[in-house]
Amino acid sequence: MKTGDASSPSSRGQISIRNVSKVYDPDGAKVLAVIDCSMEIKAGEFCVVVGPSGCGKTTLLNAIAGFHGITAGEILLDGQVLCNASQKAAPGSDRIVVFQNGALFPWFTVLQNVTFGPVVQGGISDKQARDKAREMLSQMGLQGIENNYPSEISSGMRRRVEIARAMMNDPSVLLLDEPFRALDALTKTVVHQFLLDVYDKSKKTIFFITHDLEEAIFLGSKVYIMTTRPAKIKTILDVDIPRPRDFRVLSSSSYIRLKKECIEAVHEEALKAFAAGEREMA
Amino acid sequence: MTNAASPTANEGNAISSWEITLFSLKQWLKSAAPYLSLLGIMGFVVIWYLTTERLKLPWFKKLPGPMTVFTEWFSQDPAYGISVYSPEYYVHIFKSIWRVVQAFFLATFLGVPIGLFMGWKKTFKDYTFPLLETLRPIPMLAWVPLSILMWPGREASIIFLTFLGSFFATVLNTLLGVESIDEAYFRAASCLGAKPRHIFFKVILPGSLPFIFTGLQISMGFAWFSLVAGEMLAGEYGLGYLIWNSFIMVQYPVIVIAMVTLGVIGWLSSALIRVVGDRLMQWKVREIAR
Repeated sequence: MKTGDASSPSSRGQISIRNVSKVYDPDGAKVLAVIDCSMEIKAGEFCVVVGPSGCGKTTLLNAIAGFHGITAGEILLDGQVLCNASQKAAPGSDRIVVFQNGALFPWFTVLQNVTFGPVVQGGISDKQARDKAREMLSQMGLQGIENNYPSEISSGMRRRVEIARAMMNDPSVLLLDEPFRALDALTKTVVHQFLLDVYDKSKKTIFFITHDLEEAIFLGSKVYIMTTRPAKIKTILDVDIPRPRDFRVLSSSSYIRLKKECIEAVHEEALKAFAAGEREMA
Repeated sequence: MTNAASPTANEGNAISSWEITLFSLKQWLKSAAPYLSLLGIMGFVVIWYLTTERLKLPWFKKLPGPMTVFTEWFSQDPAYGISVYSPEYYVHIFKSIWRVVQAFFLATFLGVPIGLFMGWKKTFKDYTFPLLETLRPIPMLAWVPLSILMWPGREASIIFLTFLGSFFATVLNTLLGVESIDEAYFRAASCLGAKPRHIFFKVILPGSLPFIFTGLQISMGFAWFSLVAGEMLAGEYGLGYLIWNSFIMVQYPVIVIAMVTLGVIGWLSSALIRVVGDRLMQWKVREIAR
């Protein structure tokens, strides 16, 4: 899909995460969530971050989105400092988040949800926004549900609408925080394919967080495997499976090889996380 | 906001709100619920009849029975002057309704914005919440002397009492409504470029509507409660006054007529709030209708 004036779509959305650390200090008990983490995400790259639950993956995403600050290091978007130790990023429509449990406004219809960004940002009329939204929804195969409320459509459909709502703003980066976690396996395959199509057509930078290895390899171009808390990068995997991808990838030899590499790295961390958990319990 | 009821604009996937109302009404009539409710009410009347007029149990001896009450209520020539045929009956009803309407709307138009603002701005809540929580538990009857001292004339003090009763419930429920909104919606809105006024009107207000309307139903109940207390002490007209005056004048059937009237009107006013709420919250109705 050609969105407006995006002449060379991969010209923006480059993220540099440089030596980022984050300490949570809720009540005197310092918790180190992320330590000295660095990533270079090229514009238009599908980057997936994998790690055990509670390892601090979401901390990175929240810092990029501007929901909270970092304690050390800096994060740059297209060469501009987004945030550093002294300054939190402000949330903005150039970095749109798709949330773990979904955050379509239940009180708005699908169409009102999808037009929310353009309407509040102003610049185009409500009618133009609606026309644009209808066009985008039908390009994404989501026509016919414009006037339904989120509660009236399936969970898989809701996820797709939320991605459409994000794409309406032509963001530099799409931030996805375990977005398909609550979906059943069948729905997941449909939504995966949907996201891959969106990515192939738009070539947006995608920052995708998950703890599901298969999902990570199937979707991503680069997979960052994080250590258990405090999170830092353990392994970086280049996923050389060509695009466009579909379900056949899942039985290819390169997929299986990558998965094996991945499992070994993650299993070690999962054991550490488990042991750490037992220590805390004792 | 666009109305969802536009069958031409889509593939007929969205149903109109009217159809949903009709459908749920039909479902309700098909179920056992309405008939059981009717049986319940009839059972109560039968027990009332047996204890008062039939068996004449000692501690029910002085109470008017249903036969006496209904004969009086529907009599063309009522013994105590109050029946469906006497204009005075309606004067009392309308006086009470008018007082509740004034007090309830005042409480809603002040209480909802204050509650929303308390939920939105932490500092404002810090200023006001302890005050609210101290004033709220004070029983309405305790306010009677002050409200008589404060306001010129009875009318204003009755309305003030009624207002107080419903105000606190409205503020508190609105505040709870704002606090019930998932943080993710605020984050999503700010991601999508919403400014503070958009957050207020497109997230906080619609997001807290379910709690607001629950609060309004509760506050309507409190309004009637406080109204009757106020009218008993300071009224000249109104159902509360009628109850107290009939007690003093030993016109016992009139007490029950006024009580049942209060019950019916109270129930109708709650139902009205529910209907308005359902119209404003189609998304909630549809969730339930699924």
